[in-house]
Amino acid sequence: MSSNRHVVIIGNGIAGITCARQLRKLDDSVRITVISGESKYFFSRTALMYVFMGHMKFEHTQPYENWFWEKNKIELKEAWVKSIDFTAKNLFFQSGENMVYDELVIATGSKPNKFGWPGEDLRGVQGLYSKQDLELMEENTATGVTRAVIVGGGLIGIEMAEMLAYKKIPVTFLVRESGFWDNVLPKEESELVSRHMREHHIDLRLNEELQEIISDPNARVKAVRTKSGEEIECQFVGLTAGVTPSIDFLRNTELELNRGVKVDFGFQTNIPNVYSIGDCAEFHEAPAADRKAVEQVWYTGRMHGETMGYILAGKKVTYKPGIWFNSAKFLDIEYQTYGTVPAKWDTEKVKSFYWEHTSGKISFRMLMDLQGKILGVNNFGFRLRHEFFDQAIREAWDAAKVISKLDKANFDPEFFAPYYIEIQKAFKSQFGGDVKVSKKTFIQKLFGASV
Amino acid sequence: MKLIQSIGILLFLVGLAVFTAMPFLGNYTLTEELVLSNTKDIHQEKMAEILAPMYGETYSSNFSFISTFKDNFNSYNDVLKDEAKWDEVIWDDYSLPLAQSSLSSPVRDNPWLFFGLSIGLAVLGGLMYNLPKYQGEPEGIKNNGIFHSAMKNRGWMGMITGAYLILFYIILYWFPAYIVNQIWMVTPLSMILSGNPASQWFLYGTIYTLAITVMGVRMFRKYRGNKYQQLRTASVMFFQTAFAFLIPEILVLLNQPYFDFKNIWPLDYDFFYDYQIDTFLSSGGVGMFMLIWGILLIVIGVPTFTYFFGKRWYCSWVCGCGGLAETLGDPYRQLSDKSVKAWKYERVIIHSVLVLAVVMTALTIVNYFSGFALLGDVTNQLHSFYGFAIGSVFAGVVGTGFYPFMGNRVWCRFGCPLAAYLGLVQRFKSRFRITTNGGQCISCGNCSTHCEMGIDVRWYAQRGQEIVRSSCVGCGVCSSVCPRGVLKLENGSEGNRINEMPIIIGNDSIKINA
Repeated sequence: MSSNRHVVIIGNGIAGITCARQLRKLDDSVRITVISGESKYFFSRTALMYVFMGHMKFEHTQPYENWFWEKNKIELKEAWVKSIDFTAKNLFFQSGENMVYDELVIATGSKPNKFGWPGEDLRGVQGLYSKQDLELMEENTATGVTRAVIVGGGLIGIEMAEMLAYKKIPVTFLVRESGFWDNVLPKEESELVSRHMREHHIDLRLNEELQEIISDPNARVKAVRTKSGEEIECQFVGLTAGVTPSIDFLRNTELELNRGVKVDFGFQTNIPNVYSIGDCAEFHEAPAADRKAVEQVWYTGRMHGETMGYILAGKKVTYKPGIWFNSAKFLDIEYQTYGTVPAKWDTEKVKSFYWEHTSGKISFRMLMDLQGKILGVNNFGFRLRHEFFDQAIREAWDAAKVISKLDKANFDPEFFAPYYIEIQKAFKSQFGGDVKVSKKTFIQKLFGASV
Repeated sequence: MKLIQSIGILLFLVGLAVFTAMPFLGNYTLTEELVLSNTKDIHQEKMAEILAPMYGETYSSNFSFISTFKDNFNSYNDVLKDEAKWDEVIWDDYSLPLAQSSLSSPVRDNPWLFFGLSIGLAVLGGLMYNLPKYQGEPEGIKNNGIFHSAMKNRGWMGMITGAYLILFYIILYWFPAYIVNQIWMVTPLSMILSGNPASQWFLYGTIYTLAITVMGVRMFRKYRGNKYQQLRTASVMFFQTAFAFLIPEILVLLNQPYFDFKNIWPLDYDFFYDYQIDTFLSSGGVGMFMLIWGILLIVIGVPTFTYFFGKRWYCSWVCGCGGLAETLGDPYRQLSDKSVKAWKYERVIIHSVLVLAVVMTALTIVNYFSGFALLGDVTNQLHSFYGFAIGSVFAGVVGTGFYPFMGNRVWCRFGCPLAAYLGLVQRFKSRFRITTNGGQCISCGNCSTHCEMGIDVRWYAQRGQEIVRSSCVGCGVCSSVCPRGVLKLENGSEGNRINEMPIIIGNDSIKINA
């Protein structure tokens, strides 16, 4: 490959930036440009909520100091791309400028879903995805908001609820389904999160949908009406019913699109030298049975970027994700998951072990196949080691072996209560088998918090 | 609850105001007897003569008393200096003992009353403010609004607090004659503990210990549900109260040398000074034990404990400076500079201080055995330079006074020679590291933002690397504030401590041949 070629990446999120960094590590001479209209420097989108709540300043969300990009010869272009001439390999910016590329990576991420609700474009109604959304939310909640309504029960919704709680704005949370995030979480976990939300005084309405958003005379939201006919007075509405690839500027071009930019496992689109990674890419088929064709998670974005970097450096690799993992934080409760734990499973083929602490805030679930081999785990309110479960699931350990070694998997800070012992006991009493229950260490007896 | 907290703030401010107003109370009357009883034998006659014009005069403020004292005293000394009669110049500063003994004030008459009205109210108010914090809220660490706060984000309140602390340290170190009222105030307490009158250092120790206690209670509230933080805070509170404050005073009561058993050279930079060594050697078995204990801590204690647990065993569990930083300083931890540039300065400065402390101590010891023939003057110069520049300005004025400007670990990060020594062990021969949990990092930056030592924790975490840094004091806050359970302080085998992760766990696309 010629090394003076120009690789242009549209989008400086985790996917685009990881791609640029990996490529630079492998190829010292290729010219790399990263384009973003959102923010000149890469920042961590997941941290926007902390800026709102004053835990951090915006610059703290930037993982690299500003000199980093020049030092690594990664050119940054602050602009919005308006259109692309794929034949001439030319990008046109809204500012009227243009830029020629040899290879193009589209990593434009997502935008909040809007489902055509009446009033969804009123002032005071918004999603939360970009830096501009954050600024808008600061403006929208600055004064005069006595109640907010959040529509759609997912991770961004609960983050938004936490942000509004910081401003002491009461929140009504409309969730269409019968449990919070219940397309991802099994019933018990979904209930655990719901309880915790209510503990934080969030008015959680399950099985409730948005009918319309009602305007005041100034085109600003003054209330919402739900499907059940209730009118809830509010001055702010958060739309957090998922996200969708942000590829409007690519519609009606020769680039093949569906929900996202269609790609193969080499991230190759239907046009040579044009690739797509991250939230906005859509594989022709899902990369694994427990994965989706559009992967919209931080970690998958990073993996797409890593792999793309290698591909652009001329390495013969294709995207092969390993064992699934994910994490989130619901107000005060941390959540991690490793392997395959869907919201529902076929009880003929899958066995489930579930343990919940009496506080109702700490839980552990492990799914096993009929032979008792581990398929995946969910843990809430305590921490488990990624490396341990990556290995256990990859090597299909016996559940009893996993449970016996749970002390090794524990990732809670020192002196924390050894919940794994309770889990081991519960598993032993439910499933029997050759399970070793750990003993409390001397230090745990002396100082450890009681379970 | 809000009401109790508001009253708490009010009481704290009243206590602070009384404390601050105290130097302006009372008047000063000097007599010949006072001069004779507060000066060394060799100066008695001269001082009595120099200060004769002041006898019987009543000065209504410390300013007029001290300035008149200086006028008289300097006019004597300056003449001798002009004539280069260095032997006859009086180098001792008698302003503190003379101001103290000349004072008659309501504070001196009612020390406990004023103790209650100043320190007592401040402590009570602080507790009333801290104890109800987060009541009725679920467990979990809330850093809500710290960057919107005028106190915690270098706003006007932070500026005032920093200025007040700096002023306090300057007066404490160099102008103690202005705070004789406060010294009288804590004298009865000192009499109870050690049987001796208070010095400005006893005053300082009292305030210091109470600050750690009250703000330690705040830590218990803030980090409720986090056993590591709770135990660590209890530990620094215990070591400050028992080892730094009570035991040394009680030793004095028992006619033993004043000694802080947890203070280690080179933080305790005068441990090998000749007068210290003489004290140890002239105090029988107890003195000898102190000397051997101190040396064992340096030679065996530091490397051994640091090998097994990292430098945190000292810096965030035992040390007094660390204790203040982790309690009083906790609200300012996010103000430390995380840039690579700051890290470069840090390494140059802290290791320079270590070298300086080692050289100074080596000279001191050589001199001790050679009977001060060789480099006696140089050593003395070095001692006074180090005591001024490092011991007072860096550790005190900058170390604490700059909390609201540069974070709570300025001294520990840039200046402390013991931290440098512990750090070298931690970096090169230790089982301690902060483990990154595979690929779970989302680069949010909470860890780096709240690292008091200015370590860019995220830099490592987002690469899946373990964090091995000489400066890490193991406070564990990065782990506490991580929203995804990514960081864990661990002691483990040395083998995999420093790891490269070209491809982060969970992506099988690329095979890296190790």
